[in-house]
Amino acid sequence: MKSADQIQQSSVTRFLEKMPTIVKCVSFLSVLLLPVIALAAGADTKPMSVEYRDVPWIGSRNLIWIVAQQHLLLAGFVLGVPIFAWVCEIVGWKTGEKRYDNLAKEFTKLLTSAYATTALFGGILLFLLIGLYPKLMAYLSEMFFPSFMIYCLLFLAETAVLYMYWYGWDYMQGNKKAFHLFLGFLLNLFALGIMAIPNSWATFQASPVVVADGDAWVRAWTAMQNPTWMPVNIHRLIANVVLGGFIVGAYAGIRYLLAVSQEEREHYDWMGYVGNFIGVFGMLPLPFAGYWLMREVYQYNQQMGITLMGGFLAWLFILQAMLIGVLFLGANYYFWMGIAHRIPGSEKQYKKPIMAMLVILLLCLGVWMTPHTLVASLAEAQKMGGTHHPLLGVFGVMSAKMTVANIMILVTFMSFIMYWRAGKQETAGWAKAAKVMMNVLLAIAGIAVIVLGVWGYFVPAIIRINYFSVAQVLIVGFIMVTFTPLTWLLLKSAKTTTEMVWGKMPIRAGYSLVLNAVMVILLMSLMGYARSSSRVHWHIYGVMRDTSEYAFSPALGYAAAFMSLNTFVYCLLVSFIFWVATLGDKAKAQQAKAEMSDVPAGAAPTMAGGAPSSRENIESGILENHK
Amino acid sequence: MRGPIASGSILLLGVFVLLKFILPLFTAPLPASLIYLYMTLTFSGIMIFGTMSASSLESLMGPVFRFLSGEGQSGTSKMARLAVLVLFPLLVGWQTYTSLAPSDLPPAENRTIHPAPPGEFVGLANPYQKNEANINMGKGLYAAYCSPCHGANYDGKGPAAPGFNPPPANFADPGTIAQLQESYLFWRIKKGGVGLPVEAMPWKSAMPRWEVELPDEFIWKIIMGEYDGAHQSPRTWEEEE
Repeated sequence: MKSADQIQQSSVTRFLEKMPTIVKCVSFLSVLLLPVIALAAGADTKPMSVEYRDVPWIGSRNLIWIVAQQHLLLAGFVLGVPIFAWVCEIVGWKTGEKRYDNLAKEFTKLLTSAYATTALFGGILLFLLIGLYPKLMAYLSEMFFPSFMIYCLLFLAETAVLYMYWYGWDYMQGNKKAFHLFLGFLLNLFALGIMAIPNSWATFQASPVVVADGDAWVRAWTAMQNPTWMPVNIHRLIANVVLGGFIVGAYAGIRYLLAVSQEEREHYDWMGYVGNFIGVFGMLPLPFAGYWLMREVYQYNQQMGITLMGGFLAWLFILQAMLIGVLFLGANYYFWMGIAHRIPGSEKQYKKPIMAMLVILLLCLGVWMTPHTLVASLAEAQKMGGTHHPLLGVFGVMSAKMTVANIMILVTFMSFIMYWRAGKQETAGWAKAAKVMMNVLLAIAGIAVIVLGVWGYFVPAIIRINYFSVAQVLIVGFIMVTFTPLTWLLLKSAKTTTEMVWGKMPIRAGYSLVLNAVMVILLMSLMGYARSSSRVHWHIYGVMRDTSEYAFSPALGYAAAFMSLNTFVYCLLVSFIFWVATLGDKAKAQQAKAEMSDVPAGAAPTMAGGAPSSRENIESGILENHK
Repeated sequence: MRGPIASGSILLLGVFVLLKFILPLFTAPLPASLIYLYMTLTFSGIMIFGTMSASSLESLMGPVFRFLSGEGQSGTSKMARLAVLVLFPLLVGWQTYTSLAPSDLPPAENRTIHPAPPGEFVGLANPYQKNEANINMGKGLYAAYCSPCHGANYDGKGPAAPGFNPPPANFADPGTIAQLQESYLFWRIKKGGVGLPVEAMPWKSAMPRWEVELPDEFIWKIIMGEYDGAHQSPRTWEEEE
């Protein structure tokens, strides 16, 4: 009988063997050829005078665009997953529930597989930047060289810790678990540094500061502390958790769709739920972080702020609203389906609240997606008196957008609370009073957010930005930090009226998890383009002008095509990585099946927590799922 | 019969009637792009709610699937199915044709109303003190040079306004000058429509290039009077005392 490794190796070999030789040669040569052609293009000039090199057909900027975006998306996953893998491990350690430890390990398995590819794309990006943009890279190296060294050290440390964390998982159980958790902490700490340092290089390009004389360390540190560095750090940190959560959710969704046993279905249903929960958990504070970043951009440079939010890039924010809206709807849809399918009998009880939430979300989304300047024909514009609608035009400004974003966050949070409380009956004597208080607080919070939003139209912008918007965020935050412990206390003594059943979600639940992941990837590709394009024709804003033939902003349609391409390529990459990562599981499953078949009929033990995986059960389960 | 299909159809129709026919009774008609957006959201809501559980999915989609599959159909229902299967592709084809066919109508425009200002205008502060004398002088200048188009009430309804398409800006609307810094207005007044970048379609603005007639001092004071008269405040990074 073949071992798991042998089966894994033979699968890969078979895959390579099936690939036509000509395809292999062309693929390999095309990768090698691109930089060679670029070098040849710059060969007739003196080495030091080369400012740019181009790549035929695709163009240097487009090549950098693709590679940088892939690297950033992979890095987002690699830096986001350890955060919740570690938290999951702590939960497992504290509660003694093995399933959390297993889940954390499964998260880390995906992380380990993606880590090398991320580093590979980072290396390719670096070589391409040095080769294609030598002038810019010389400037950045001069400015940031000490931080390069720190970055390399952090990378070495991160790699070493990741090896120990992953390979030592089974070994470091029991009394060694505390050390393993410490390794998880170090993994996240180094990851934070790995994220923050390159962020400083990119944000310096967008918001450079005057760097006074001093030694190399002082100059590098001064340049790092540019106005958008910290907002981008916070924004990316949260966005990485969101990306990681939703991708893990999509992975679980696909595995759920492919599952053949009830045990598998239960596991991946639960994993999908956790992934969606992590994504939503990160998504709630994300708009606030984005708002802070845009505020800093505006304050740093009015021109850049207007280019982004009022100028030619403003349409990207309507697309952003659409993608975020789909994400909110997708995440809530998954929660609601969870109530309907995992908690039998809850559907009727929660039908009306779900409908109310859906209506509020759609109304908010309608406001968020209404542009300030409408797309209108000549006749329509004439009737409206311009492209600004006299009534609905008021939805186009930040006061309206902030208000609806806060309400959508509030609704999504309440969706989660509703899911949490479903199937349970509070028994505490103070439960009724607490629920009344929560309802009153929620109503007051909703009204207060709307009142502040409307009032925001009648006060100077600075009052709205500094006080009203902050107050709206604090109100929503207050609801979250009071309702979460209160609900936990309520449910601590509650009796379960309906047991939650895992593995009963319909197939569209799996697809909605995949949809969420695709939306978040598209969203990151979109905003990556927005952030880079806000520099317009500058490599370093106001300092180093782009003098290449690509010193123009690509049209929005062209950019949208590239964003879609990047999303597609990333999905392919991640699918490939996860496929490779789970080859071993399949091999083990096949091995286990083969061993099971050796056992005489009727002697097969029942799987822990599940039904016997007879063919009949599997088939009936699949049919049940596809209803 | 009040199944989800009927309820959903009534809702869609109701929203369409509201947006297309009822709302224009009180305000300007909505452009097709906005109606399309709101209708898509309504349809999404119906689909989300209708596919939440197995029973709701069956109520919403069951009759549709059974109708389209044609199982056990005869007579009128069979003919209706055939009609749908023929008419629906034709409808899609007609829609595709009308969206691609050459037309003498100009395409829907996507104009950027507030483009980014040139670098030399960024960060400029009004050099004149905000006092009554300056504000009044600004209002006087506004009355002389700006009000014929932008209106004595700062609402874009001056006597010359009906002659322009797009019409002059309404400064009383919180979506216009309240969103901008004073330096932005200084740029727009000084350089006029011809000074706009391409994405703002300079050919669509009749704003004169006032730098040829007015000194900078007048422009700064007009800005002051404009904000005061329209009861708006410029976007700043410092709070007023």
